[in-house]
Amino acid sequence: MILVYIETRQGKIKKASLETLSEAKRRSAELATEVAAVLAGSGLEELGPDVSAYGAGRVYLVPNPALDSYSAEAHGRVLADLIAEVKPEAVFFSATARGKDLAPRLAARLGVSLASDVTHIAVRDKKLEFTRPIFAGKAFLLFTLKTTPQIATLRPNVFPLEQPGTAAGEVIKKDTVVDEAGIKGRVVELLAEKGGELDVTEAEVIVSGGRGIKAPENFELLKQLSAVIPRSTVGASRAAVDSGWIGHAHQVGQTGKTVSPNLYMAFGISGAIQHLAGMSSSKVIVAVNKDSEAPIFKVADYGIVGDLFEVIPALKDELKKLFE
Amino acid sequence: MNIFVFVKRVPDTESRIKINREKNIIDEPGLNFVISPNDEYAVEEALRIREAKTGQVTVMSVGGDESLVILRKCLAMGADEAVLVKDAAGETYDGLRTARIIAATLKSRYPRFDLLLFGKQSVGADNAQVPSMTAELLGLPQANVVTKLEIGTDKGTAVREVEGGEEKVAFSLPAVVSAQKGLNEPRYETLKGIMAAKKKEIPVVAVDSLGLKPGELEVGIEVTGLEMPPARKAGRILPGSPQEAAKELASLLRNEAKII
Repeated sequence: MILVYIETRQGKIKKASLETLSEAKRRSAELATEVAAVLAGSGLEELGPDVSAYGAGRVYLVPNPALDSYSAEAHGRVLADLIAEVKPEAVFFSATARGKDLAPRLAARLGVSLASDVTHIAVRDKKLEFTRPIFAGKAFLLFTLKTTPQIATLRPNVFPLEQPGTAAGEVIKKDTVVDEAGIKGRVVELLAEKGGELDVTEAEVIVSGGRGIKAPENFELLKQLSAVIPRSTVGASRAAVDSGWIGHAHQVGQTGKTVSPNLYMAFGISGAIQHLAGMSSSKVIVAVNKDSEAPIFKVADYGIVGDLFEVIPALKDELKKLFE
Repeated sequence: MNIFVFVKRVPDTESRIKINREKNIIDEPGLNFVISPNDEYAVEEALRIREAKTGQVTVMSVGGDESLVILRKCLAMGADEAVLVKDAAGETYDGLRTARIIAATLKSRYPRFDLLLFGKQSVGADNAQVPSMTAELLGLPQANVVTKLEIGTDKGTAVREVEGGEEKVAFSLPAVVSAQKGLNEPRYETLKGIMAAKKKEIPVVAVDSLGLKPGELEVGIEVTGLEMPPARKAGRILPGSPQEAAKELASLLRNEAKII
């Protein structure tokens, strides 16, 4: 069994979790095993069919209200108990903020090593072989885990979604006791939920600005461009973030976030090696820069040598026409 | 407040990484090594907490003698003590092994602490495993990828980055916290600090003296390959005025790349 931990946001299953389920389904066929999923928290019953539609033959429902506000300790213990009972050969998480927080906690509890932020999974001799970027993508490490269960976090936006089917899965309710007194830390408040703004790791299109943007107010131009492109968000280079023009959550690169959107558009970004590491696995790259010698053009599929302050508004109008 | 900060030596972010395909390792000659950038935020935060509350800051690194350089840097920034946990294994990419070493060092040598600070991940292995694993092994609460931290006498709160927002985590002390860019602006070393750090004795703890079972020090990851990313080809420069180029770009993205 491959067990998949499902994350929800505002009562909906996160897209990253469906991608992870889809990959579990594909690999389970090669391993000749089944896929199961776990929904931890109360009020998630109705999501069972949605999870099954993506290939989970069994959905474990742990409707304990003690799991509603996230605590790595509480979720880790409940998962460890479930794993001890159902003995999966692999456990998949998405490499989201939650998955990256929880999976290592669980792995340590089970005494197993962990595959973090993987971008490809193969099956070799009935074992999973993982590929993951190191140095933010300057190199890729291939490896297997010597311990069982094989636990991995899967990078969002990398693994393709399967079409949902109609298969109904079995929903199995698990009553668990969470010793509240033993939980020493938990989330107490969700802050600054910015009107549905996508994180750079989740967006399908990133419009990114660098030193050439020149001033914080000019990021407004990129926000306007992003507003006409579905599932897009604004990114930035380290130079722009360190100048205080935009928050660090937007930073792409080795000391920021590694991204692999369908489309990465770099405006006024020269292409320092630490930035290229963070975005060069994007499917299509566009570069707009005044300097025709800028290294970013060496990785760009399409380039425009010119003034970004003229190109951005023109591009916004053209894309708006396309999407209308 | 007794604070421990865990730091790692990594190639600087300007490094061009070369790989040795026979041995499946990164070629180290020619690389410039630094303290992992995320760890600097952890050191700075520890110093600020000590300055606000009094206490002691100890920096610790697991690695070879070459890690003494980054420990001295932390001392020069203002850390009180440094400890090298000497391990000859090199880069294992196995966070559990490192977390076991850290947990065993604390339990056996430094059992009194209030706060364990880490960078959110090493800038290199990029695993982001060791803080949460150390917390689990020591039975402590955790707050990872933290951009704001408030520490009281026996509890604290942290703001951590999540997709599309932030969440506030409340925890009791002792606790594990991992630092993200934005938490603070790390200070530079002072000349006086650098001079003092040179003379400071750094105790060395041998990994095999920690009472870990042989199995616990075994690397749980088997590297089967190391590859460079697929090379990208330079594409096309679109000619014409900004308006013409923008129009052509929009059309290519839809009709050729089929991406929008």
